[in-house]
Amino acid sequence: MEVKKNLRYTKDHEWARPEGDRIFTGITDYAQHALGDIVFVELPEKGSALSKGDVLGTVESSKAASDIFSPLCGKVAEVNTELEDKPELVNEAPYDAWIAAMIPDDPAEAVTGLMDADEYEKYIKTLEHD
Amino acid sequence: MELIFEISKKGRRALEIPKPDVPGRSYRDNTEDATVNPLSGSIPSKYLRNTGLMLPEVSEPDLVRHYTALSDSNHGVDSGFYPLGSCTMKYNPKINEDMAALEGFTGVHPLQPEETVQGCLELMYKLEKSLSAITGMSRFTLQPAAGAHGEMTGLMIIKAYHDKTHPRRKIIVPDSAHGTNPASAAAAGFETVELKSSEDGGIDPDALRALMDENIAGLMLTNPNTLGLFEKNIREIADIVHDAGGLLYYDGANANAIMGISRPGDMGFDVLHLNLHKTFSTPHGGGGPGSGPVGVAARLEPFLPVPAVKYENGRYSFDYDLPDSIGKVRSFYGNYGVAVKAYTYIIRLGFEGLKQASVNAVLNARYLMQKLAGVYELPYKRSCMHEFVLSCTFMKKYGVSAMDVAKRLIDFGFHPPTVYFPLIVKEALMIEPTETESKETLDRFINAMLTIAEEAEKDPELLKNAPHTTPVTRPDDVAAARKPVLRYI
Repeated sequence: MEVKKNLRYTKDHEWARPEGDRIFTGITDYAQHALGDIVFVELPEKGSALSKGDVLGTVESSKAASDIFSPLCGKVAEVNTELEDKPELVNEAPYDAWIAAMIPDDPAEAVTGLMDADEYEKYIKTLEHD
Repeated sequence: MELIFEISKKGRRALEIPKPDVPGRSYRDNTEDATVNPLSGSIPSKYLRNTGLMLPEVSEPDLVRHYTALSDSNHGVDSGFYPLGSCTMKYNPKINEDMAALEGFTGVHPLQPEETVQGCLELMYKLEKSLSAITGMSRFTLQPAAGAHGEMTGLMIIKAYHDKTHPRRKIIVPDSAHGTNPASAAAAGFETVELKSSEDGGIDPDALRALMDENIAGLMLTNPNTLGLFEKNIREIADIVHDAGGLLYYDGANANAIMGISRPGDMGFDVLHLNLHKTFSTPHGGGGPGSGPVGVAARLEPFLPVPAVKYENGRYSFDYDLPDSIGKVRSFYGNYGVAVKAYTYIIRLGFEGLKQASVNAVLNARYLMQKLAGVYELPYKRSCMHEFVLSCTFMKKYGVSAMDVAKRLIDFGFHPPTVYFPLIVKEALMIEPTETESKETLDRFINAMLTIAEEAEKDPELLKNAPHTTPVTRPDDVAAARKPVLRYI
């Protein structure tokens, strides 16, 4: 299971990547692996204001539909419409297949409280033992 | 296999449609006129079709062979064991069909005067009374067309109840619930709050207490739950919800475990639905339609859909006098034929028979669980009710998944169990044998499951490519979902 060094992570298996004034978000390799083949991604609406933990979108696999939660407080600046026609990109390259680019309400504190790669790696190890 | 449109040849017929015996009438003076289409008298010509219907044209033998071949390719409760968890695919006694086909039921019109359909109303009334007795509820509506429709109806009643005093907009749903629960709550205009299951697979009263506030309209619960486990704390759970002003909704999907043994009304539930097509032996799935009657406690009776059926002075009639009714939820009186079949089942078995059905359903499930738990993983080590959930995570090291096990079971002549549900169990197989299966059938299923567990280690490819014996082997469900083709032409 790949965990990228430069990203931040949530317990619900979303990743966050700051880039300029935006923070790109998506779901992790662990998440796509657990979900199986993803057949549909429901994207958020551009401009919607979300709190940390709000539902950002939905990923549907052949097993189940799962909510994606916003890793931060902010506004959705852009959504990755490519996923509408190619949901399989989330399986193929989960860290490139961003779902939303968000403008954080508080840029300085945007990723505070999220795990770094080492912490996330330890976290998913504890889940494996379940 | 060819579609019936592909075997069609122009001019072939399986039956002759008689010529219309109603003559057309002249537009000018309304006298008979053979040159006028008889329908054109009542339908304006711009709405009349000028071209033929695109119907297949086949001979009677071709027609019979086509549908026989289709039914041969199918698997139903009449062809074999069908342990699809939470679906209660029990045998449908054929006498049910005989009763539903009686002319007194099939030959009536839903708008006939009440005095000409007293027998039909009597059956509705008595079915309602029977369901009330079985569940401990006060009154039922037979309108909802299936389980999820029943859930939505029940939630609309809960909403209307709270709206009379203080509107509440949140419903608590456990993480082990059927997916229809949060969906129905959303459809009825509620926000759902997820309640995490405790270590032993049940509801943790303290976790529930922490979620309760003045915006919680109610809790939806399946008991036994989707793990096949009975909520031991149900009375405490009911008190917690009631003390905070909420209502309890009982999802009757698993009612086959408790008939004649315990009653949701006695547990403290305020609203419930039953699936006649599960618990009460009417056809389920493609053989439906379903029926999802909703029962309520006395204080919720005024909110039921209209019309209800009442009995006064020796006569049955429709009762529209429910002042707070949520209105109609379906045309006429629900799927009536299904009600006839379910009532047939209930009076044939009687109270003792229904109780025995539940006892046997639980016994069959426990037998399977005991025999399989040593080889497959049992995530919650408690005695099950009418169904249980196994996990296939130990097969991951061979690259084999729960889906592969399910597909391989088809080669042994069994319908697969429910897979990947409930969501809180990884690689889940959810098995519900029902009461109508013999020990011999259960033993054959056990042997197949044990053989498959061995194959997973020795020949994983055999499982990954299964089934091998069916006309269609493994459809690409991922491609079908990603790039659906929704029409034939």
